[in-house]
Amino acid sequence: MNELSLHILDICQNSTKANASLISIIIEESTKKNTFTIDIIDNGDGMDKETLERVTDPFFTTRTTRKVGLGISLFKMAAEQSNGFLTILSEKTKGTSLKCMFELNNIDRAPLGKIEETIAILLLNAEGADIVYKHVVNDLIYIFDSREVKEVLEDVPLTDLNVIVWIKDNIKEGILNIHKEETL
Amino acid sequence: MKSLADLKKIRDAAQKKVTMRGKNDGTRVLVGMATCGISAGARPVMNKFVELITEKNLDTVTVTPVGCIGECSIEPIVEVLVGEQRTTYCRVDEKVAERIFTEHIIGGKVVEDNIIGKFRL
Ligand SMILES: Nc1ncnc2c1ncn2[C@@H]1O[C@H](COP(=O)(O)OP(=O)(O)OP(=O)(O)O)[C@@H](O)[C@H]1O
Ligand SMILES: [Mg+2]
Repeated sequence: MNELSLHILDICQNSTKANASLISIIIEESTKKNTFTIDIIDNGDGMDKETLERVTDPFFTTRTTRKVGLGISLFKMAAEQSNGFLTILSEKTKGTSLKCMFELNNIDRAPLGKIEETIAILLLNAEGADIVYKHVVNDLIYIFDSREVKEVLEDVPLTDLNVIVWIKDNIKEGILNIHKEETL
Repeated sequence: MKSLADLKKIRDAAQKKVTMRGKNDGTRVLVGMATCGISAGARPVMNKFVELITEKNLDTVTVTPVGCIGECSIEPIVEVLVGEQRTTYCRVDEKVAERIFTEHIIGGKVVEDNIIGKFRL
């Protein structure tokens, strides 16, 4: 996977599978600390201690269609390749939170890529978890919250594809703007 | 910037359209979106469907991500459901997605080149 936003999509699909009703994705870029961090927090079923301990092992999975679970181990490898790390906290019935840290200027760090497409797909999931996306570039912040969009939409479903396209454009422009302002 | 006013316009237009929609006359497009699918390029494929459907204003077609179908080596996998008829496509890229859209979803003719049987044999 050559974009971090593809890993994010994959990790968030775990949250969806774990029946999360809210997934928060927080990206923080700090030039001062030279860090690029991704936090993914869900309120899903969580994992017991044994599962949690084995979750970064590629030969562990609770899925039945295949013997290897790859998602988390791939993300961990991507982090370690650029001098970063991945940690996971989880509690049964409470939820799971995953932190992935990269060196901002490391040449082996994949770009974030099309995060707006990732979020659009998450919102189109039949399970329909809400998504909060927060992107921080030094002191500038962009926030998207699907619950706010739903309020505006009244009885129109969030999965209306014209709405999805609006959301995609809003996120793309929002992130572009904070990067632009930052370089001014 | 895509503004709140734009979103409200979309809402108002959608509210007017609702009454014209049939019960089950929709086509459903399912895109395999587990690790194997994502690695093989399922996200741009799904995005392509979203774009094509909105461009043509086909509000009876839905597109939904689904989990693993267990055929990792022939991902990305796309299923098209029209009424009772289910067609499974594999190794779909943006070009094939465009063909599925024009030839199958709009034209009603299955794109034989990418149906799953061809790859399982
Ligand atoms: N957010 C989460 N909440 C609850 N359980 C989780 C979560 N994320 C991962 N898990 C557990 O960890 C296992 C491993 O996850 P991982 O994404 O690495 O592989 P997978 O989902 O099993 O398969 P793949 O991602 O390759 O399709 C999962 O099967 C699931 O049991
Ligand atoms: Mg997974």
